[in-house]
Amino acid sequence: MYPNDFRYTKEHEWIKVAGDEALVGITDFAQHQLGDIIYVELPPVGKELAVRQSISVVESVKSVSDVYAPISGQVVAVNGELAQTADLVNKDPHGKGWIVRLKIKDKKEIDGLLTAGDYEKFLEGLEH
Amino acid sequence: MKKTLFNELHKKLAGKMIEFCGWEMPVEYSGIIPEHMAVRTKAGLFDVSHMGEVLVTGKQALAYVQWLTPNDAARLAPGQVQYTALMTPESTFVDDMLVYCIGPEEYFLVVNAANVDKDFAWIAGHTKGFEVKVENQSDAYSQLALQGPLAEKILQPLTNIDLGGMKSFHWAKGQVLGKDCLVSRTGYTGEDGFEIYTMDSDPGIVWTTLIEKGTPLGLLPIGLGARDTLRLESKLMLYGNDISDKTTVLEADLKWIVKLQKGDFLGRPVVEKQLAEGLRRKLVGFELAEPGVARPHYPVYVKGQKVSEVASGTFSPLLRKAIGLVYLPIEATAAGAEFEIEIRTKRTKARVIPTPFYKRADKK
Repeated sequence: MYPNDFRYTKEHEWIKVAGDEALVGITDFAQHQLGDIIYVELPPVGKELAVRQSISVVESVKSVSDVYAPISGQVVAVNGELAQTADLVNKDPHGKGWIVRLKIKDKKEIDGLLTAGDYEKFLEGLEH
Repeated sequence: MKKTLFNELHKKLAGKMIEFCGWEMPVEYSGIIPEHMAVRTKAGLFDVSHMGEVLVTGKQALAYVQWLTPNDAARLAPGQVQYTALMTPESTFVDDMLVYCIGPEEYFLVVNAANVDKDFAWIAGHTKGFEVKVENQSDAYSQLALQGPLAEKILQPLTNIDLGGMKSFHWAKGQVLGKDCLVSRTGYTGEDGFEIYTMDSDPGIVWTTLIEKGTPLGLLPIGLGARDTLRLESKLMLYGNDISDKTTVLEADLKWIVKLQKGDFLGRPVVEKQLAEGLRRKLVGFELAEPGVARPHYPVYVKGQKVSEVASGTFSPLLRKAIGLVYLPIEATAAGAEFEIEIRTKRTKARVIPTPFYKRADKK
């Protein structure tokens, strides 16, 4: 379920590193909690983000939730497809439903994030 | 947490359960949008057993109901249902409710789950001077709602009640799958459909059979999430959001449930005063003119001044836009008038639009 080459946060974001850049999205657990997503507010390209700063706001029919930057970096691209088809985040949260691409500022920050195994254990804990 | 008699069946259908008014209820099964659209185009089945039921009997049952409510219960013949309110002396809401006329000395009141105890205390507290008996039967009743254009087609083969002959806001007693039920052509979705009340202690077969027979036709089980989006598109009031003990019946734009010719009733002097003096504020529908969703309690600004908060607000799955209800100063309530809603620190443009947001074409 949760790709091994991703890292995760306890706020249910994921990050997939490729060279100096990283894709960021929300996890399958998060999309399921939110339900039908209808609108994703995207940041401007070029925006500098600190760790834990809000990247995006995801609105579902029943609730609204912030997406936070798992690491610091600069927004180099946003998923423009979400403007028309926000439900990609529901349908393919770990793939086509990515939200932003960041230029990584400090690779060491990645080491502090959860592995897939850590995240799954964390989720098990939430269910009890 | 209280559980309805259908609780295990919701879990079998993977309903996402939440606490609602002290009950463990399904908020969604397949998702709010597919559930919403199923009710608009095919059919949906709701467990609404958390609703409250109060029976009023006695020689003065009618006079008593007339005193507590603004609508004219004298217009009801046995077999008819009316939407009305339990009103305070200030003409604000103790609750909104349905009144079923069972007979000239018997009325059945259906009230909101959130208010059952408060309502019953109110009802029981106002019997002085009336020859009536009031009984809180909420715990004894289960209630299902079958809503959508295919509702009659799905339910008719399972009941000895002639549904084709039942008009909107009428009811009949009979059997559904061998269980004694009261069935009314009523609902909280803006679609055609039925509400099924039963005191049977084992009513699960009604749920499971409706699911089994309806599923091939597109029926879905519906949770509280879509119940809210469906009722809001049709501008059906939600107590606590749109109406409360702080809002009057006229401010809530429910003048149609006030029948002054019927005689005296609780709250009448305030209604007359507001009619004579005019309203200062009124509940209106809005849409957002910019992306986003305006949710309950978001601050509302007219010409830069904070005037109120969003009463109800959601994304309309049918209209594909953000809609809601809000109390605005009367001078700002004309259709097309623009105002602002603060959505997470951002002032977002909204405009007043006519309601209901959705009205079905074939309304009976």
